[in-house]
Amino acid sequence: MTAAIALEGIDKSFGSVHAVRGVSLAIEKGAITGIIGENGAGKSTLMSILYGLYHADAGTIRVDGQPVRMDSPHAAIAHGIGMVHQHFMLIDGFTVLENVVLGAEGGPLLAGGLAAARAELERLERDYGLAVDPDARVADLSVGEQQRVEILKVLFRGARILILDEPSAVLTPQETDRLFRILATLKARGVTIVLITHKLREIMAATDRVYVMRQGRMVAERATPDTDAEELAELMVGRKVRLQLEKAPPRRGEVRLEAGHLGLVDARGVRLLDDVSLELRAGEIVGIAGVSGNGQTELLQVLAGIRPPSTGTLTVCGRTIDARHPGDPAEMRDLGLAHVPEDRLRQGMVAAFRASETAILGYHEQPQFNRRFLLSVPAVGAHCARLMERFDVRPQVPGLRSSSFSGGNQQKLVLAREMAQEPKVLLVGQPTRGVDIGAIEFIHRELVRSRDAGCAVLAVSVELDEILSLADRILVMFAGRIVGEVEGGADERTLGLMMAGAKAAPALSGAEG
Amino acid sequence: MRNPRRPLPAWADIVLLPLINIALAFVTVSIIVRINGVDPFHALRLLVVGALGSPESIGYTLYYATNFIFTGLAVAVAFHGGLFNIGGEGQAYIGGLGCGLAILALDRYLPAWAMIPIAILAAALFGAAWAAVPAWLQAWRGSHIVITTIMFNFVAAALMVYLMVNVLIAPGSMTPQSRNFEPSSFLPAMQGNALNLSLGLALVCCLAVWIFLWRTPWGYALRTMGHNPEAAVYAGTDLRRMTMVAMGISGGLAGFVGVNELMGVHHRIVLDFPAGYGFAGIAVALMGRNHPLGIALAALLFGILQQGGAELAFEIPTITREMVVVIQGLVILFSGALVQLPRPWLQMLFALRRPS
Repeated sequence: MTAAIALEGIDKSFGSVHAVRGVSLAIEKGAITGIIGENGAGKSTLMSILYGLYHADAGTIRVDGQPVRMDSPHAAIAHGIGMVHQHFMLIDGFTVLENVVLGAEGGPLLAGGLAAARAELERLERDYGLAVDPDARVADLSVGEQQRVEILKVLFRGARILILDEPSAVLTPQETDRLFRILATLKARGVTIVLITHKLREIMAATDRVYVMRQGRMVAERATPDTDAEELAELMVGRKVRLQLEKAPPRRGEVRLEAGHLGLVDARGVRLLDDVSLELRAGEIVGIAGVSGNGQTELLQVLAGIRPPSTGTLTVCGRTIDARHPGDPAEMRDLGLAHVPEDRLRQGMVAAFRASETAILGYHEQPQFNRRFLLSVPAVGAHCARLMERFDVRPQVPGLRSSSFSGGNQQKLVLAREMAQEPKVLLVGQPTRGVDIGAIEFIHRELVRSRDAGCAVLAVSVELDEILSLADRILVMFAGRIVGEVEGGADERTLGLMMAGAKAAPALSGAEG
Repeated sequence: MRNPRRPLPAWADIVLLPLINIALAFVTVSIIVRINGVDPFHALRLLVVGALGSPESIGYTLYYATNFIFTGLAVAVAFHGGLFNIGGEGQAYIGGLGCGLAILALDRYLPAWAMIPIAILAAALFGAAWAAVPAWLQAWRGSHIVITTIMFNFVAAALMVYLMVNVLIAPGSMTPQSRNFEPSSFLPAMQGNALNLSLGLALVCCLAVWIFLWRTPWGYALRTMGHNPEAAVYAGTDLRRMTMVAMGISGGLAGFVGVNELMGVHHRIVLDFPAGYGFAGIAVALMGRNHPLGIALAALLFGILQQGGAELAFEIPTITREMVVVIQGLVILFSGALVQLPRPWLQMLFALRRPS
């Protein structure tokens, strides 16, 4: 039997970066094939080549045995290949139907195309069990439903081969399960599926065959039933990896940060935070779990002094902040609060700056970097070199532009900058977003070490696994509220239900309000 | 990774690219000059000799360059803060008003060593104040600074006409000019030439701007705001205050044009002395890559064009004063607005030379 897609000796360089090195793989028709690898392993580049976004420097792409030229996404679509991107490409104000026909309107008058599309959507719904109301506005749909619209869009264009790039990044565990059931239905109907992910659990749950990429090379191919998560992790990283974080029970000290009935309303009157109360003690890691966009970002901003709360109070190391006495990030830093922002590229660093300049962001007025009004370039450089050494940031070149570092190394640099201050309170948003497994292990151990040294750590993450292994106590956020509190190492199902907004009543309920 | 094209080596970026731009401009200008029946190389020689052929012409070239340095630096400082200051023209005008008022008030009582610094300070303060209004409007009211700074050029021009015609005009005079300043306010100048000590002030400003932007924590915060306002907020920078600081410095630098013009040359307040330097500063900053050294070099080129262009119009009657403006405009177009035009071609050439 010929493979649906065969890649042979694909090679791709960007300047001096050899992103994909002689990769060959065969994607079996009507099966789910997983491609797993760390960030920067080349899996996205490989798929971009397959989808016609990049041109390979060498190698052949075969579809159903025939060599083809993929010089644009149009060519890929013409060959029945469709891609569901990690970030949805939907227009919020349009209906599902309008989104689906976008780019394939079928004529100058919309009405005819829409009618035909409606019929086609009904057929797809019947055949594949992809139920979405065609007249619903995309803005009103849940994230899981929006993803289904993305899949429908691709099927509507006649795709028989579906590439999904990190599809579960924005989903709750329940929605992820639902997605995998849809994928199973699609597979049963003969659709070929390629799943790109870095989550071992999903590979094990959903795929028939898995390819492992490391540093641009295809290092292993396994039939999924013949392998396990430990082996795949080792193949990805190239060495033994501890998936389980080892830590002692917390030794809690005094309260370092206390939020009392915090509320935040934006300019349009939307309630972003609603009666959030929490306390954070020295020597513990509190995890905030929740699906992205349920107020975690705003909570971090308020706690870090970036936005003043609309109602309620916040007490950090003795200083109380409320709507009439706002704090600011510089003041919070002076109080001993350090903040690793969720989106390091947008907030935590300046992409165009040298690494050494990023390494003093927020601390640039400290006397250790200044000699009588002038920034001391040697002192800043030496500081950055020390951070890089201590946190194993590679390459160890303080003069390099911040954007030239990989995601994991950027995160380590930002983390190093904040931890070097030996803060009393450490807020960490998405500690390991876009970070390799090897670096995840390192970052988690550093956070635990910091906790053991008496720091009060608040970690916000949408990765449930991360919260479960890291946190001593877990608060779940939904729609701007804290809907539940459980001890660390709790049951994933319970947490998942709370994250989806179900009114759970866990045994250790500490839910406020 | 997203852009498969490799960046150019630094020397090509800094030296080769501007040279290609100037060459492109010259080719375009040649065609126009040729249509007018003049040999382009003859015209070019006249222009260069007119700008650099004698100590006197070099003096004028440097005097023009002084103004371009001030306005170029003004644009660059704002730009590093992410602000597009189109109001250099008005800020220069009001800066001149400031130094003029200080001199008119004090020149009969103060010796030069006190008068000159006070007048220079007044120019900076008035220029800064004129820039601070649009800055305030943006920071607190959300009015876009590009729009407000443009508008403030017109306001400045109208204000100056009103003041010169109705208030500051010398008694008995028919032209809208103030009385002559006392010599205590004169800046030391080259004999019989417009070049004066303002050039020194301009070079000091270049160095000061470089130190401020790249060697002080405030310059660091300002650049952070320009590159990534969210990171600046995260770092604890008050964006409103920093907007005021950036525009204040920018306006102050533009105000120094008044020092060069009024204290160095006219020795009285006159109308229309900014003569487009404020707008040209945008092109100077663009061409100089918003770096003080680049701005000094670009200002020199613009000075050459200004002085050499005047000589050219004088020598060849078929090339009118307006033609010279067109030529200057083309050079500005190619080296300012189209500065990135040849970059992809160059990148392709470099890629051919060294295949990866």
